[in-house]
Amino acid sequence: MGISNILFIVLLAGAAFLFYRNFGKIVRNIKLGKDLDRSDQSDVRWKTMARVALGQSKMVTRPIAGILHILVYIGFVIINIEILEIVLDGVLGTHRVFAGFLGDFYVTFINLFEILALLVLLACAVFLIRRNIVKIERFWKPEMKGWPASDANYILFIEILLMSAFLIMNAADTVLMNIPYEDISATSLAHYGETGLVNPSFVVSDFLIGWLPNDPNTLAFIERACWWFHIVGIFAFLNYLVISKHLHILLAFPNTYFSNLYPKGRFDNLASVKKEVEMMFDPSIDPYATPPADENPAPVTFGAKDVSDLTWKQLMDAYTCTECGRCTSVCPANLTGKLLSPRKIMMDTRDRITEVGNNLDKNGPDFKDEKLLVHDYISAEELWACTTCNACTDACPVNIDPLSIIVDLRRYLVMEQSAAPAELNGMFTNIENNGAPWQFSMADRLNWKDEN
Amino acid sequence: MAEETLKVPTMAELTAAGESPEILFWVGCAGSFDDRAKKITRAFVSILNKLDVKFAVLGTEESCTGDPAKRAGNEFLFQVQAMTNIQVLNGYNIKKIVTTCPHCFNTLKNEYPELGGNYDVIHHTQFLQELINQGKLKFKGGAFKGKKITFHDPCYLGRGNNEYEAPRELLEKLDADLAEMKHCRAKGLCCGAGGAQMFKEAEKGNKEVNIERTEEALEVNPDIIATGCPFCNTMMTDGVKNFNKEGSVKVFDLAELVMEAQDV
Repeated sequence: MGISNILFIVLLAGAAFLFYRNFGKIVRNIKLGKDLDRSDQSDVRWKTMARVALGQSKMVTRPIAGILHILVYIGFVIINIEILEIVLDGVLGTHRVFAGFLGDFYVTFINLFEILALLVLLACAVFLIRRNIVKIERFWKPEMKGWPASDANYILFIEILLMSAFLIMNAADTVLMNIPYEDISATSLAHYGETGLVNPSFVVSDFLIGWLPNDPNTLAFIERACWWFHIVGIFAFLNYLVISKHLHILLAFPNTYFSNLYPKGRFDNLASVKKEVEMMFDPSIDPYATPPADENPAPVTFGAKDVSDLTWKQLMDAYTCTECGRCTSVCPANLTGKLLSPRKIMMDTRDRITEVGNNLDKNGPDFKDEKLLVHDYISAEELWACTTCNACTDACPVNIDPLSIIVDLRRYLVMEQSAAPAELNGMFTNIENNGAPWQFSMADRLNWKDEN
Repeated sequence: MAEETLKVPTMAELTAAGESPEILFWVGCAGSFDDRAKKITRAFVSILNKLDVKFAVLGTEESCTGDPAKRAGNEFLFQVQAMTNIQVLNGYNIKKIVTTCPHCFNTLKNEYPELGGNYDVIHHTQFLQELINQGKLKFKGGAFKGKKITFHDPCYLGRGNNEYEAPRELLEKLDADLAEMKHCRAKGLCCGAGGAQMFKEAEKGNKEVNIERTEEALEVNPDIIATGCPFCNTMMTDGVKNFNKEGSVKVFDLAELVMEAQDV
């Protein structure tokens, strides 16, 4: 085992450990959310995941972005097979370990990977153009300033670099593998002639050969440099996921599996409120009775003021959001210039749960900062602009539900802070007093019968 | 529209007479009190009367479903309303409810069961569709021939409950030209009234939502903007007025259009 194998194994183990630890923190943060049972109808859930996440069914409603995204996605999934070979080569100190097994098929596979790599590269270039030159509106909303904009560009740059490295590596390797074996058999380049491939050439990288130098040792240096850059880049990218919107490539799957399967119009009935209301309606219950000792005495908050009042699914939604802004671009409030942006609701929720998690790590479980999701991150003005129309939940390619968070925060404003807009308080009073949102007498409910 | 006397039995009357209706017509607050929406209520009842559908209303025993309170975050008030209504509905042993309001429809259908109110709830466009399928509801040919109609999907009927077809199938029966807006069906744009916005001023912005939606409707040059929600009706009517188009573009509920075209 050479020094490079050991270095590789150390890097692989380090990257895996770091990812395990940081992703574990995200899972821990998601579990800070409240219970919600989404264990039912597993057959429907698998199908939803297959259709929406694996099949990208909601991406193609916007054909250009949708098709380009599918290219990058297929490229990503399939090129991972090649990464398996790279990891094996790295660990075992082999060169193109699959070539010996697959023979002619190997070249076909690499050709396929190369075509995909080229398509991914082009798609990422178009994505960069759409964001930075065409300046598509949804990428330039106020919440996209700073880190979110850089994050998106970094991801695209990294993918372009990784794909380029893969193609340049193959080009250099092609030249080396085609050197007559007797010319290199006694040198350190011998393994390039021992793959078992006969005069290999690859469909995309062949076009790059002309730009490369001729000297075999320089070529070997380029091949190794690209190989290391590619695989170390992937290790780094894996660990970049946990601080990036790009985490959607993993969480899209569980997030669509745990989708809301009810009709979108249905809002949950708050269980804490139900208990109180049932007590009002049940004359046999003594409201002054001491609650049984085993009952949890922790005070309940009606609605949500902070991330820990949200469910684990709402927090998973926040970590799954890739900030594409399709929700915001169809939001009637946002379209008409209001402050509300459903994407910002998700980004704020993620920023806040990340902050809460970091506090937990730094200061222990009893630490409370003075901040809340509502007011400190999401303003009442944003919340009151929502028409609950469900355009955002329909538009989301990974079934995120910003609306449920908006409603939970409204519940807190109304039931805990009595902070509804004055007109809505008037509407509540009317419903309470005369069973209609307007000031009409219940006795007049049937007057329409005789009016023409 | 001709003046007519409507037969509107209440549950109290039917129960006293020892009868029970096929369906309960849930009128809703807008349908009971809003001057424009009352016309929709009357149109729907007129159809029911002509077809001798055995229905009843709760009358003064009906109360707000609690929908606007719930969307505004007042879960407490919603559940009190829901429990009160469920006591009345269960007291009358109601099985099937039809309503002309998608908000009542959604709340009764999706949010009442967990609180003890289990009913077969349908929107009036679905009910009218049923009547056509049963061969009861028939149309005079060509009532709206040559008229261009565009349909505005109410959020709580469409996206909220996946009903896009029933209203469109009704429109086809009218012999009209159905013209779809840029955003329709699952992509339909809200009228701006939902989520309790109907009862408050909009937040600061650069436009009203109903103006944006009315613009989309006017782009297809319709003679009629059809909808199936009393709140959408108000918002679209206001929008049309804002563009001074009320002379050439009318906003109607499907019940009103069906009443016009009904062959009796």
